Amino acid sequence: MIRWRFTAMGEAAILAEAETVDHEAANRAALAAAAALEADPPPGLRAVVPAIASLLVAFDPLTTPHATIEARLRRLLAAPMAHASHGRLVEIPVRYGGVDGPDLEEVARALGMAPARVVELHTAAPLRVQMIGFAPGYPYLGPLPPALHLPRRATPRARVPAGSVAIAAGLSGIYPAPLPGGWHLIGRTTLRLFDAAADPPALLAPGDRVQFTAV
Amino acid sequence: MIEVVAAGPLLTVQDLGRPGARRSGVPQGGAMDAFALAAANRLVGNPVNEAGLEITAGGAELIIRCAALVAVTGGDLGATLDGRPLPLWTATRVMAGARLRLAGRRGAWGARAYLAVAGGIAVAPALGSRSTDLAGAFGGFGGRALRSGDQLPVGVAEHDPGLARGRRWPEALRPAYGPLPTLRLIAGPHLDCFAPGVLEALSAATLRIGASSNRMGYRLEGATLAYARPCSLPSLGVVPGVIQVPPDGAPILLMADAQTTGGYPIVGTVIGPDLPLAAQLLPGDALRLVVTTLDEALAVARYMAAALAASPEGGDEELLAALAGAPG
Repeated sequence: MIRWRFTAMGEAAILAEAETVDHEAANRAALAAAAALEADPPPGLRAVVPAIASLLVAFDPLTTPHATIEARLRRLLAAPMAHASHGRLVEIPVRYGGVDGPDLEEVARALGMAPARVVELHTAAPLRVQMIGFAPGYPYLGPLPPALHLPRRATPRARVPAGSVAIAAGLSGIYPAPLPGGWHLIGRTTLRLFDAAADPPALLAPGDRVQFTAV
Repeated sequence: MIEVVAAGPLLTVQDLGRPGARRSGVPQGGAMDAFALAAANRLVGNPVNEAGLEITAGGAELIIRCAALVAVTGGDLGATLDGRPLPLWTATRVMAGARLRLAGRRGAWGARAYLAVAGGIAVAPALGSRSTDLAGAFGGFGGRALRSGDQLPVGVAEHDPGLARGRRWPEALRPAYGPLPTLRLIAGPHLDCFAPGVLEALSAATLRIGASSNRMGYRLEGATLAYARPCSLPSLGVVPGVIQVPPDGAPILLMADAQTTGGYPIVGTVIGPDLPLAAQLLPGDALRLVVTTLDEALAVARYMAAALAASPEGGDEELLAALAGAPG
């Protein structure tokens, strides 16, 4: 049973943080609770932001009091599987290596395997969208197989091309726009991850599953 | 139509932002001083969430090409209308061709002024808001800061603008603007990352807004909050007002355009009703922080909502929108 710590993030938000190193279980619970909250929103709900091992709920405290929101969160987080939702499965074609994935060779060396094996592991099974953050539409995908775990780059890049597929810290990500970035670039997709004119604007939502395929 | 003659350092279209878009990783955005924009809208008979112009620091000149009811609120940036001082926080009728100038700060405080016009700035909404998302390059006017020569469409006023002219927003019903404001914060959640006494250190310091501050966040100089231990957190959702502390110990106050998530320990969150005070600070300005309780913060929030509702022409629907602080 995961213990959750609740903090008022200002007067108009509550942050629930999992006090566990099992981020996988915590993230599943946060995603399920977020989906349940959005399906049946309390009056004055402004935003729900599930993250790696936390859930942020922004609301109008003059409409629904803190105690009511916190009680609801406690219930939802205690029995997450009762509200488990099945996200969509989205296939993302990727050109691995070369100019599209300038770090693939270096990543393979650091992990002690051939580049083809990195691609094999990266495309082996669907990854879950654990959160959207950092930039509009940027998905944190995981968990990666342990064999692909490595820390961020020592020196971040000032500009990573849009569509870059990256890994770091046990997760994979996709840069929706040209952005600074410290993750290792192993490939690139032509899919558009974020479009402000679309509804919804982000291609992926928390809870969706992503299957990378090599093209 | 409103024509931009000079934009100054930063002139943007803003409403009260897009809080719900945070689920897609999109910053909330919106007016840095949400109270001032909401009040300006009320003065001209608009819904509180109508789009207006956020004028930063000064150096701006606009020609209002249509007869209109306007109000300028927020910081005193020396507003003049056709060369004569324009009373702030006051509904003013202007003739077609009126020239509005905001030269720059006149007193000891003030960073952002808001121009509301009856009918609102009628740019197309993006993700449920007319606010300009500068980083994402969408919303507002072409997703960018305004430039000399831009022509902004004005919407059709819902009410008879003649009714509201001359109305003034009482000083008692504004945020406690001034030099060296004290911002209240709710402590936590990551106090265990810092040495004991971190809140005392933060409260004792006179902090200054760093030079690299912008609509995303303010660097606060004057206190170094060292970690008590290496503190690496999994990325988590954040809101404007959060004070996060990178490993260098220099706190950052997140403002309207902040990213939706962060990974640095959070020492506390400035309460929403005090963010307008922060919005009226420029790099080099000083501020203080003091720890408050949730109960006190809620009392302040109630008071500010009532202050907005006290506008002479506030209807029930607008009052509810104001209380929610959210788009209608």
